[in-house]
Amino acid sequence: MNYVLAILGMATVTFAVKAGIFVLGDRVRFPEWLREALSFVPVTVLTAIIVPMTLAPHGNGLELTWRNPQLVAALVAIAVCAATRHQLLTIGAGLAVFFTWQLGVLA
Amino acid sequence: MPVLSRSASFVAGARDTVPMIVGAAPFGLIFGALVATTPLATWHGQLMSLTVFAGSSQFIAAGLFATGVGYAVLWATTLIVNLRHMLYAANLLPHVRHLSLRWRAMLGFLLTDETFAVTSSHFHRQPDDPMGHWYFLGSGLSMYLNWQIWTLAGLLFGAAFPRLQTLGLDFAMVATFIAIIVPQMARMPWAIATVVAGASAYLCHGLPYKLGLLVAVTLGIAAGMLALHARRRDGGRASPGATRNDALDAGTADDRAGLRSQETSAGGAQ
Repeated sequence: MNYVLAILGMATVTFAVKAGIFVLGDRVRFPEWLREALSFVPVTVLTAIIVPMTLAPHGNGLELTWRNPQLVAALVAIAVCAATRHQLLTIGAGLAVFFTWQLGVLA
Repeated sequence: MPVLSRSASFVAGARDTVPMIVGAAPFGLIFGALVATTPLATWHGQLMSLTVFAGSSQFIAAGLFATGVGYAVLWATTLIVNLRHMLYAANLLPHVRHLSLRWRAMLGFLLTDETFAVTSSHFHRQPDDPMGHWYFLGSGLSMYLNWQIWTLAGLLFGAAFPRLQTLGLDFAMVATFIAIIVPQMARMPWAIATVVAGASAYLCHGLPYKLGLLVAVTLGIAAGMLALHARRRDGGRASPGATRNDALDAGTADDRAGLRSQETSAGGAQ
């Protein structure tokens, strides 16, 4: 694989997605169903990225155990975020639990 | 509110983006370090940050390069992962459509989750700010410079410590994404979409070339759309006193409000 070509292709796709609507300007009108569908993109993409990282951090099977620091810390982060809606607090609490678990509890 | 000069607007945009800049720094560092675990050369990592400038798709691309995929899967994944920017662009379009083509192309290139969050909130406060594009530019350009600097630091660090990933620093991404996802689950259709996408992503993660991500996103969106429309129909039946059109309009207005709040709360990490 030619990596420069691969990266420049990614850049072209990304630019088309980000700037396409700005460049087309008034000529673009979204149908209602497409606006609705796009509104689900952030939650579905981000969730689909992190769920396998959390449930199967080593890529080979479910690790539903308290010895899985990704899972424990993710559950704490979800609880903190649901209770406080505070972004930095969520990230801080998640990282604190993750490293405590990784370096302290399991060490 | 008084109209600021070009440079004052630019600085205000950069200043309001500072919390996001701090938040994005570790991701630039981690991305740079991740490149050391892939077959890419160090300078390929910087080239990607300079030309693609989209954090989550760069992370996924690093993973795809490590597993070894073809161009089609790489580019299709990039497209899907970045699709949300179309929603951001659609939201901001009324504030940029009067600008020259060069300006619109440049601001589009600089659009990220963070800059969308900061800029849309600025236009919410000052919808008719004639210097709004300078504010947008200040936010976007400061994020861009920040991303380049931390990518470079990560590349140098990763080349020196290639086993950094085993420390589990990538959990910072998980925590940041959770902080973006959970508040958006307050409305039922988006909560259903999240759960379906998460379950499908786990069940499909054995598919080659991370195709499971595309499957999970498609299923999640389909489930969310079904939930949204099922609720709309229920809303029509639940108010027999109103005429059919009134009930439908009421349901639609409620969901439009939901859609708007989803759009404006979509900010966060890259």
